[in-house]
Formats: sequence, C-alpha cells, structure tokens
Amino acid sequence: MADKSQICSVWVGSETGILKGVSLAKKQAFNFCEMSSLSRDQEVCALCWGDAQESEVLVGCANGTVKTFSTEKGIFTESRQCGDGWQGKFTGLAVTDSALVTCVESGLVNVWKEGSTDTVEINAGSSVCRMRQNPSQRHRVATGGKENGLKVWDLERPDSPIFTAKNVRNDWLDLRVPEWVRDMAFIPDSEKIVTCTGHHQVRVYDPASPQRRPVLEAEFGEYPFTALSLPCSPGSVVVGNTQGQVAMLDLRKGLVRGCLKGLAGAVRGLQCHPSLPLVASCGLDRFLRIHSLEDRSLQHKVYLKSRLNCVLLSSRDLEAGPPAADTDVEVKEKDEVEDEISEVGITLL
Amino acid sequence: MDTETQHEIQAKSKKQKKKMKSQKKREKLKKDAVEKDAVEECKEGDKPPEIAFPPTFSVSEIKNKQRRHFMFMKYKQEKRKEKLQLKKKKKKEREALGDAAPPKPVPKTIENQRIYDETTVDPEDEEVAFDEGTDEFSAYFNKLTNPKVLITTSDRPRGRTVRFCEQLATVIPHAHVYYRRGLALKRVIPQCVARDFTYLMVVNEDRKVPNGLVLCHLPDGPTAHFKVSSVRLRKEMKRRGKEPTEHHPEVILNNFTTRLGHSIGRLFAALFPHDPQFVGRQVATFHNQRDFIFFRFHRYIFKNEKRVGIQELGPRFTLKLRSLQKGTFDSKFGEYEWVHKRHEMDSSRRKFHL
Repeated sequence: MADKSQICSVWVGSETGILKGVSLAKKQAFNFCEMSSLSRDQEVCALCWGDAQESEVLVGCANGTVKTFSTEKGIFTESRQCGDGWQGKFTGLAVTDSALVTCVESGLVNVWKEGSTDTVEINAGSSVCRMRQNPSQRHRVATGGKENGLKVWDLERPDSPIFTAKNVRNDWLDLRVPEWVRDMAFIPDSEKIVTCTGHHQVRVYDPASPQRRPVLEAEFGEYPFTALSLPCSPGSVVVGNTQGQVAMLDLRKGLVRGCLKGLAGAVRGLQCHPSLPLVASCGLDRFLRIHSLEDRSLQHKVYLKSRLNCVLLSSRDLEAGPPAADTDVEVKEKDEVEDEISEVGITLL
Repeated sequence: MDTETQHEIQAKSKKQKKKMKSQKKREKLKKDAVEKDAVEECKEGDKPPEIAFPPTFSVSEIKNKQRRHFMFMKYKQEKRKEKLQLKKKKKKEREALGDAAPPKPVPKTIENQRIYDETTVDPEDEEVAFDEGTDEFSAYFNKLTNPKVLITTSDRPRGRTVRFCEQLATVIPHAHVYYRRGLALKRVIPQCVARDFTYLMVVNEDRKVPNGLVLCHLPDGPTAHFKVSSVRLRKEMKRRGKEPTEHHPEVILNNFTTRLGHSIGRLFAALFPHDPQFVGRQVATFHNQRDFIFFRFHRYIFKNEKRVGIQELGPRFTLKLRSLQKGTFDSKFGEYEWVHKRHEMDSSRRKFHL
C-alpha cells in the first residue's frame, strides 16, 4: 500500500466511503479502504491535510469519525470520534497548531485539542453549508449556510464572531433577498473573503472596511453554486454549480473570464493547485477532471466509479512522481507498477 | 484492332475499379462513342482516338431527351449486370475455397464503431456492486417495497395525452392515473410519499402531443427527465392483439451497459412488480439503441419447441434521456447527476452515454 500511496498526488473522497488516490504521472487510481467493511455511513464529507508536509490526510466521515490516513504508509493510522452522526455531516475540517477544528451541518464548530478531552464549542447558527480556514491566519475560520450569513470566527476568542456579514438590501419590490452561502474562501494577502451562494451569486466581503455588505456581487448561470476555489493567480475565482458548469470569474468587475467544459453532473468538490494554473473538479458524474486554467483545456479525466464528494490536491507538481527523497526506489518500482495498470483497469484520458 | 485495344483498356480500368462513379459513366459513354467513331476513323486513317472527343462527355449533355433516357437506361443496365457478375464471382470463389474462405466482413455501423466508454460496468466490480446494492433502488431489489405508481400529466391534458396515460396505466401494474388539478409537483411529492407511492410519472404535452416524461422515484429520488417521441397508441397500431390482461408483465432491459445506463435500467425495472406472472405471457421491453430507449409491449406464445409468436399490444413510444437528477423532483435547486449537454457531448456520432 505504501508504494501506491506515495505516488498519489490527488486525493478524492467518495460517497461510498472510499478514499481514492490518483497518480496522474502513472495514470493510475487506487482505493484505500477495505472493500469488505464498506458502508454508506462512512461517506467522506471533508478532506484536509493533517500537517504542512502533507504526509497525513484527515478524512471526515458522515458518521462523525475523523480518520487519519498516512500517505507514507498508505494506511489509516488513527480514528477519532468527533461528535455524533445525528448532528449532521461534516461541512468543514481544519487543522490549527495541535488542534483539530470540525464543523457539522447543525452549525456546531468544535476545536479538539490534542491530548485533552475538553473542547471549545462555537455555535455558528443553523444549517451551515461550509466552514473554511484562513490559510495564512490558521486560527480564523469562516462559516456560512442557508439563511445563515457569512461569519468569521477567531478560535482563540470563541464567544462572538469577529465579522458578521449583513444581508444585501431589499430588492426593487422591497422584499428580503434570501441568503444561502454555499462555499467561501479567504483571498490571500488581503482581508477579503469571497463566497458563492445557492442563488447563483458570487460575493466579495471586506471585513477591513466598515461596510458589512458585500463590496462586489457577480452572477453566473441560473443554477445554485456548490463549490468555489481560488487559483494561484490573484484576481479571479473558480465556481461550479449543480449542472456541472464551471466558470472562472474575474474579481475586479465580476465578469466571466471563461468556462471549463466537459463536466456532466453537479460539482461537489473544486480545488485549484496552490502554485500551478490547474483546477481539479469532482462531483456526481463520478469523474475527476483536471483542467488547465490558462487555456481552459481538459488535462486529465479519471473515472472513479462512485459519486465523489471532495477533492484534495498535493502542493507538489501533480504530474511529477513522489517527493524527491526516494527517487531511486521509484525507478525500480516502475516496471511493477506498469504491470498493474491492466489490473486496476482505470484509464486516464 | 483499335477498338479491341480500347476495350482491353476499358476492361482493365474496370478491374481496377477505383475510379469515381462519374468518371466511369463518362468512360462508358466514351466507349460507345469510340465504337461509332472507330468506323469513321478506319475510313479516315490512323489517328489517336483520344483527340477526337471532348474530354467531358456525359449523358446529361445529350440534347435529345429520348436518346438521353435510352442511354442512361443502357448505362444503368450495364452497371447492374456488372455488379451481379461480380457478386456471382465472389460467391463462386467463396464456394471453391470452402472452409478456408475468409470470414465475411462485418458491416460498419456507428454502434459497433462505438467509442469505448470507460464507465462500462464490469459485473464483477465490487465497488459498483456495492454502490448499486446500497442506492435508492436497493429497497425494491431487496424486495422490501412493492411498486405503486402515480401517473399524472401537465396541467389540462388534452387529446392523445389522456389516452396515453390511460394506456400506460394498463401496462404498469398498480398504477393510478390522477388529474393534475394545477398542483405543483413539489407539493404532490410529499403527499405521494405519505400514501406509499414509489413512483411519480408526469407526462408533459405540447399542442395535444405528449413530448416529455418525468420519472421520479420516491421517497428519495432519483428523478429522470426524458424526451418522448413517436408515441403510437393502441388504436393506431396494425395487427395488435387484444387488450392486455392484469397480469404482472415480464421486463426486458436491453443494452444498458454504462454506469448511467445501469441507473436508468434500474429505474425502469423498479416500475414493475418483482415476480412476473408468466400465465399472462406479457412482456414489456425497454430497448436501448444509440441512446434512444424504445418501449414495446408484447404478448408471446410458444408455437412449438422452436418457434415463438409475438403480438404487439401497445402502446409504443421512444424515450431519450435529458437529465438524471439526484433526489426528488427539484429542477431549480436539485443536484444533477447527469445532464445532456448537446454541444459538448454530441461532438461524436459514435459516442453513447447509456
């Protein structure tokens, strides 16, 4: 298992509870689970890296357990019960220094400290759709959901949010505009936060300014957005909706820069590579697709057999092999691995 | 002599057979002309025959209509003769070779040239088996639920749509036809769930012609949206049998090979009760060909040990999948598992999705 997991550069969580690793360089995909003990309540709802070296993947399951998968050993090393299944599925998972942050649909944000049983609880309101961590200030998280506006929390001061968004003004009929935050992201090198909504809007909030309403609003398509991701180049955002339309929007004026083609079903997970102009998308059509953001062409397409919920990219070059530490081992393994291709039976396009 | 060589050349060129039709036509006419002119040439002396004729001579250039018609008929006959001869020759060769004959070439169709679909289901695949074993239809396939179908239409149905619904209800056992009464589907669905319906079927009509079908599995999806075409009701059918009986029919699902096809096949299979009553000798067929799903309803009879007779009972119609949505009907906020995007997906005629 270890040699398989080391070459994987894309990790995908599926609805059937399987963690899948995909190696784009070798054009292979692997399942990391026991096929005998599969069940739907192990559905993978959230994925995140456990450490900065990206040697551990944290897998949030629907039944409330967070499993730790070691990419070096290729096995699940640890399992931890974080809340009960009845509070809803995980909507976000994050790691701060020596603590694990989880968020469930009911709006309960928990901070699980390493080694101690006491937890910090934050109630972020009902029906939370997503929780995201600020990658530069790791103790800050944002939450948002249906009829539950964007809130930014400081985990060190859990009593009240440091920023609460205000709903936009009433429309021309003087009716209240419904709120439904589906996903959000912190824009690096600024205080700004970009969100996408279930009413096909993209909004940018600026907590640094006194204005609590969005500073920019853009629309795309007519179906609810489900996922959002920020590419490495600043000034744009990639959003995906329930019909499999993925678009790159410009954050200066809110115009569409281009659409990514080839998706057949709803987008569930979207992530841009931290340094390369690549975006990985997965969803209900059971395919993992990797598009280039430069010419918007489809680079890779992998059929992964189950509906996919979330995707996680490693920060190294996706096409390259495993980390440079064990290159000579890899050369030996190459022939063996090529033999396996026919066994696995998954082809990349 | 000259004509003979001409003939030889012609024959050779015919053997080569790689030339365009029009060119052949021209040559043939040239040949006729050569025959005529050759006589004249013999009188005049030896001249290269090619120079004597305009290079572009065709039947259509003949001004006399009768003559033109005659020439064309002659040309056609000649061609037919040739074709038959070639066929005969090939057959003879094949007979002469006996068992050593090369296998007959299979005609190319867009189906057997189909682009390989990587989602084609391998029956031994554990993961797909698990996925299918625990999906929304698993309750039906584990024989925990019995199907009960509600058939309704778009608001104020007229003409053929009403009869179509009635006839569908005779094909599907435990089906109830209800008048829509202008109700919203999202409000109908909870009531259906409360009354233990497992399917909601909505026939949409446009100008008195049924043109759409929404098939929603209850209580938690999925929902499929089909285009309906070529509806032929019982009355319009030739050589149809008597009215169908109330026995549970057998179901045949053909060519649903991909992962999406499997989902759709399961959706259709779960419409009918588990155990077919073979006494009724009725079969409902969903045949998928080039992503079109053809529905037929037959009664069969075993005439003797080898022969089976079938009799169509009707109605017949064709479906084409437009979208498959997860969950019950929600066209605005529902998540689609598959949407047919014409400009993106129909770029190749040899690519099929079901």
